[in-house]
Amino acid sequence: MIRTPLRPLARILEARAKGENPDVIERENTRLRHEEMRDQTRARSEGRLLVLGVMFLCAYAVIGVRMGVMAGSEPEEPRARAEGSHIVAQRSDIVDRRGRVLATNLETHSLYAQPPQMIDPVRVAGALAEIFPDLDEERLVRDFTGKRKFVWIKRKISPEQKQAVHDIGDPGLLFGPREMRLYPNGKLASHVLGGASFGREGVDAAELIGVAGVEKVFDDFLRDPSEESRPLQLSLDLTVQAAAEQVLWGGMKLMNAKGAASVLMDVHTGEVISVVSLPDFDPNDRPRGPTEGAPDDTPLFNRAVQGVYELGSTFKIFTVAQALELDLVEPSTMVDTSGPLRWGRHRIRDFRDYGAELTVEDVIAKSSNVGTARLAQKIGAEEQRAFLAALGLLERTPAEIVEASGSTPLLPKKWSEISAMTISYGHGLSVSPMHLAAGYAAIANGGTRIKPTLLKRDGRQDGPRVMRPQVAAAARDMLRKAVTDGTASFGDVPGYVVGGKTGTADKPTPQGGYYEDKVIASFASIFPAHDPKYVLVLTLDEPETFALDEVRRTAGWTAVPVAAEMINRLAPLLGLRPQLEPGQLAGITLTSN
Amino acid sequence: MTEMVYGAVPARSGDPILPRWWRTVDRWSLSCILILFGIGLLLALAASVPLAEKNGFGAFHYVSRQAVFGIAGLLVMLITSMLPPDLVRRLAVLGFLVAFVALLGLPFFGTDFGKGAMRWYSLGFASVQPSEFLKPGFVVVAAWMMAASQEINGPPGKSLSLILAGIIVVLLALQPDFGQAALIMFGWGVIYFVAGAPIVILLVLAGLAVLGGSLAYNSSEHFARRIDGFLNPELDPRTQLGFAFNAIREGGLFGVGVGEGKVKWSLPDAHTDFIIAVAAEEYGLVLVLVIITLYASVVLRSLWRLMRERDPFIRLAGTGLAVIFGVQAMINMGVAVRLLPAKGMTLPFVSYGGSSLIAGGIAVGMLLALTRTRPQGGIDEIFGRAGR
Repeated sequence: MIRTPLRPLARILEARAKGENPDVIERENTRLRHEEMRDQTRARSEGRLLVLGVMFLCAYAVIGVRMGVMAGSEPEEPRARAEGSHIVAQRSDIVDRRGRVLATNLETHSLYAQPPQMIDPVRVAGALAEIFPDLDEERLVRDFTGKRKFVWIKRKISPEQKQAVHDIGDPGLLFGPREMRLYPNGKLASHVLGGASFGREGVDAAELIGVAGVEKVFDDFLRDPSEESRPLQLSLDLTVQAAAEQVLWGGMKLMNAKGAASVLMDVHTGEVISVVSLPDFDPNDRPRGPTEGAPDDTPLFNRAVQGVYELGSTFKIFTVAQALELDLVEPSTMVDTSGPLRWGRHRIRDFRDYGAELTVEDVIAKSSNVGTARLAQKIGAEEQRAFLAALGLLERTPAEIVEASGSTPLLPKKWSEISAMTISYGHGLSVSPMHLAAGYAAIANGGTRIKPTLLKRDGRQDGPRVMRPQVAAAARDMLRKAVTDGTASFGDVPGYVVGGKTGTADKPTPQGGYYEDKVIASFASIFPAHDPKYVLVLTLDEPETFALDEVRRTAGWTAVPVAAEMINRLAPLLGLRPQLEPGQLAGITLTSN
Repeated sequence: MTEMVYGAVPARSGDPILPRWWRTVDRWSLSCILILFGIGLLLALAASVPLAEKNGFGAFHYVSRQAVFGIAGLLVMLITSMLPPDLVRRLAVLGFLVAFVALLGLPFFGTDFGKGAMRWYSLGFASVQPSEFLKPGFVVVAAWMMAASQEINGPPGKSLSLILAGIIVVLLALQPDFGQAALIMFGWGVIYFVAGAPIVILLVLAGLAVLGGSLAYNSSEHFARRIDGFLNPELDPRTQLGFAFNAIREGGLFGVGVGEGKVKWSLPDAHTDFIIAVAAEEYGLVLVLVIITLYASVVLRSLWRLMRERDPFIRLAGTGLAVIFGVQAMINMGVAVRLLPAKGMTLPFVSYGGSSLIAGGIAVGMLLALTRTRPQGGIDEIFGRAGR
């Protein structure tokens, strides 16, 4: 290695010896060193600048390529994409109280076309029309040869149809995955489940949105991706529901009714175990809503929740219970039942003349309008209104079905004394069978208010107290008596101590009066009567039966036998064991004495 | 004889200024800049109309402003590019001092225009962002210091310029303006790199940058929100980035057509930070690629010419200016294509903005002045072995 000295000493010394200025030499030397250093740094900088340049080139190229990728990404269906947020296709299952599936999802495919990519539109249209007979071939040809770039052909197709379309072999036909909502039990609980349909649709997925029933009420829960693994558990029992529908359908046919509804409710929890409305429909193929005619003519109409009716004499037990609660009467107090009772221009009369006086118990058992109207007079309009409100009969039912919001009870415009008198036997106030079941549940469970629910609950739900337990017990005894020796004598089911009250109300005409020959017959029952577990409300719309040389429409002849058969069938399914009534045992003891 | 008696006639050596300028200036880069400015005007016609409508001016109010400021900026650029390097250095240092004082005064006299960051002086007819002017000035000062430190018995320029950079970064971070701070730091790093930084130190600096970034992330909510938005793979279509992405996609290869774009109506910063999205939507990928090519040519041509430059100051200052110009454009476009987290950074010469245009004119003017062809070491260069 050759070292260059920092100062050219030899030359400086030489210059000094010659007498020249050595600074010139030194300056020249410094200049040369400087030049050399500059060239060195330039050589190094050259390399580094090159690196820098290459880095810049790469970075710009990356941006350019990325721009190209972004600009080149084609939205498959611009409309859906432009809205931005992606579609959540999954939807939770719905199960009954024992976890059996009521509604679930099934993977199918949708079929769409991109005509610009189609090779032979006419042939494709012909082949498609062959596979799907409901498609119009001419229209398909028009769609495929026109300016459209995107055509939906079928929303849901089966695997076989998909294969057939595959076999057409045209690149312009495309499939997208589609989850569809499936109700494996068909018509069962159709009014509760409601139905679902597609919401926003994209090529890759479609939203399933609930359109009615619990599907709509719990739409947000069912569509919430974070709840995907959790099914929605209803209070319904699939087995009980199936049996109830079967019995009710038979009963409806037997009694020549045009419609029927039943509600079975747990009196302690408010859980609806079964709710049936007939006629019904298949939620897998939900019919369209009607555009004309009465709303309850369509099978979509839920009579048990949506329909509000004047439920007639079933209301009498509330009047009597309130009279007991206010200590106005005892069960054995005699009430004036001499009719007709005149109030202004109104007359209140009984179905038959029951004589001048009846005990309160017999007012229920014989179903005396005059007797309950007298009790209502004693109670007063305001008090009556407050009591019915406390039972939850004057507000919308809280049952979680979207149609329930349409079933606000119809109240009299002015709750006058005559209103109170008619309401005491169930006229002038329209409520749904679900309301009535909730009211009876309050009596059955010992006097606390019940909120009906379609969701599974754990343990009993104690609402605010409406009446004293003794009053509730007395009312239950009266209901039992109405079955043993009253209007509901067909309702006695051996082994299941049934108590209940019949109700036969004339149907109102659209003009404002009442039909002579059209009634709503209902039976509200509790069982077992001495320690009730369930309440069953059953109504028949326009029943008519011929018995003992007479056309009979009253509930005792129509609704009660159907309800008895239903209890007969359902009680074992509900896990109730047949048992003897405590009273009978007591009677046996008495005779042996 | 006459000359021996009376001295030489004061004849100017070399050509007159303009012809020599035209002969030596980097005409390619100059053309690129002019085209970019033209594209900027074209896009202002599209992008600034919604803003003008919002603020109650005539539809093309901001276009005419852009034209006026742009021509002023171009004039400044041309004049600057005619200056000799020494004069560039002196003026730039003076300008840097002024801008630095202005930056110091921002917290007291500045305004934030309701955007949450004290960055501007309001002059009534226009707003001025001192950091725009500070950037080129700082680059020149830093390059000067570095070059001086390479001299025999030179000052410790590297440490001095680092300290200066640190002070400026702190001032900018206080505004807060992390984008400009990062740009300053990056400019200094590049100058240091070209000046011959040891690789070890570069690695340490990179580590420090990462550390500083995470500190800023943890201490500043403003900053953290933007980074989170960037890291989240799901793009909310209602954010600025979502609109920009949609616009680019809608544009496709040839765009939706002049004046047909929609993104400018939904993006508040369509005329500045997201001008590239407007370009992509209305004119398509083609124009975007043209813009990218123009920026790349300016940067790469400048670097190429600087590679042959022998004077360390000119090389370093030129590199710094070119890099800052290029990186600013890169960040702006990188944000729009979601390669970089969202940062308020304008696209030089294309985005709307008075002071940014003038500052850009000064910076590019200096760059052009520094990249002019000049003799490099005379005869030595011809032999290819200089200084031996």
